Amino acid sequence: MHPAPSVIIFTTLSGLGFGLLFFLGLGMPEVTGWVAFVFFLIAYVLAVGGLLASTFHLGHPERAWKAFTQWRSSWLSREGWCAVIALVLMGLFAIGSVFMGERWSLLGWLGALFSLATVFTTSMIYTQLKTIPRWNMKLTPAMFLSFSLAGGALMAGQTSVALPLLLIAALVQILYWRQGDKALASSGTDLGTATGLGQRGSVRAFEPPHTGTNYLLREFVHVVGRKHAEKLRIISFLLAFALPVLFIAIPLEGIALKHLLALLAVVSHLAGVAASRWLFFAQAEHVVGLYYGSDKE
Amino acid sequence: MTQLPTSTDRKMGLVIDLDTCVGCHACVISCKGWNTENYGAPLSDQDAYGADPSGTFLNRVHSYEVLPTESPAQLIHFPKSCLHCEDAPCVTVCPTGASYKRVEDGIVLVNESDCIGCGLCAWSCPYGAREMDMAEGVMKKCTLCVDRIYNENLPEVDRVPSCVRTCPAGARHFGDLGDPESDVSKLVAERDGMDLMPEMGTKPVNKYLPPRPKDQIEDQIDILAPLLAPVAEEPKGFLGWLDKTLEKL
Repeated sequence: MHPAPSVIIFTTLSGLGFGLLFFLGLGMPEVTGWVAFVFFLIAYVLAVGGLLASTFHLGHPERAWKAFTQWRSSWLSREGWCAVIALVLMGLFAIGSVFMGERWSLLGWLGALFSLATVFTTSMIYTQLKTIPRWNMKLTPAMFLSFSLAGGALMAGQTSVALPLLLIAALVQILYWRQGDKALASSGTDLGTATGLGQRGSVRAFEPPHTGTNYLLREFVHVVGRKHAEKLRIISFLLAFALPVLFIAIPLEGIALKHLLALLAVVSHLAGVAASRWLFFAQAEHVVGLYYGSDKE
Repeated sequence: MTQLPTSTDRKMGLVIDLDTCVGCHACVISCKGWNTENYGAPLSDQDAYGADPSGTFLNRVHSYEVLPTESPAQLIHFPKSCLHCEDAPCVTVCPTGASYKRVEDGIVLVNESDCIGCGLCAWSCPYGAREMDMAEGVMKKCTLCVDRIYNENLPEVDRVPSCVRTCPAGARHFGDLGDPESDVSKLVAERDGMDLMPEMGTKPVNKYLPPRPKDQIEDQIDILAPLLAPVAEEPKGFLGWLDKTLEKL
């Protein structure tokens, strides 16, 4: 799949933003006044910024509101609803915390629930696609949720929670890569089933339908950068999990130093998750590529 | 509505004969010609006369080589367009309701004034049947020439999809695949018509007729064969002497 910057920015930033909102809703940390203002500002910039970025790849962003109509069947529509509900609930909750010094805990709990639901519905947009076996796995929502929770805990400064969550996310990442690498081969779809000619002998793409490129090839048959995938996986794993764990596990004296290391952990995690998301798209094989002979790469 | 109808009154679709298709691409051109000036936004081209041309097409013809173990290689031309699936994933993923399947004839269409151009329907289609138009920013797909097949301003012979009308080899057939008595249904039954990627669970309406088996020369029994058998297995006379002499050298 074509790793469009808009969707990478969207899933990375929004995942982190809604993860932070989840912990703020639970009262971890329990903040009021200016401190709460800064926390909520960061969470909203990430969550809303990501959502806005996702509209950049639309052909007609001015009609985006129509995406709220089909929640009964479409995961993309459900995601829109969950995001708006989460942002409204957490907005009200933030008003209480920032301006009135009060914690409306039921509102916070509901906001936390919908923040998590937003991340889940985002992941289901990809998971539902049978056409992309690497995404069509239970580990896809597990990965999106575990990343969001780990990143959210890290940003909320919940070191004791962030540590196990980072380790869980790291484990899910490894499992996702392992299972994903076998997904297309074990899906049972190949050029033989795609053309219906597989039982007659071995099928080979002899001549493409067009000499130039087209939308399908640009969007689905992305192969650039796959050769560096192994190196990128190591880099993203180190940045997303190994370094942040190291940064928050170092026992240090001094509040300034602790804050500096926490900031480093967040920045490193963000960069690592972005690299992992790039791989999530760039390595995903769409079965339509088979019609163009992509199995012979 | 992006919920699929539980059933459709008819299942209009195409039957494509892989045995007959000669790979001339006439269906591709006639499709583009008709559909760029009728239903919905035109099918645009980008850099059409430049170094890197590309454009929107609703029908494309691939070519595949099949290598059977026991017989010579075969070249099979393979036209591919929307299969108007009964369980069309492109319809249910649509967030705006722009993508829909008609109850009356099962045709899958896009309401272009509702399409936000998110591309998710194209992601969900295993066949590559949908292409985003780069000029218009909306999704384009085969309409089964919905503006021809019911068009009473056209002569009756023209009330079929443009690709079917054009095909010089007669490799494309149009009809109601939901009616077992229709010509297309009988053709599918007779020729073992098949689905593409049945494991995807899309239940395509369009069917493909597999190439007929080729003649196998080895297995042929000809009543004249004994008369055509070589007269002399072993050369005799002068040729026999020459053969032996050359063998010894």
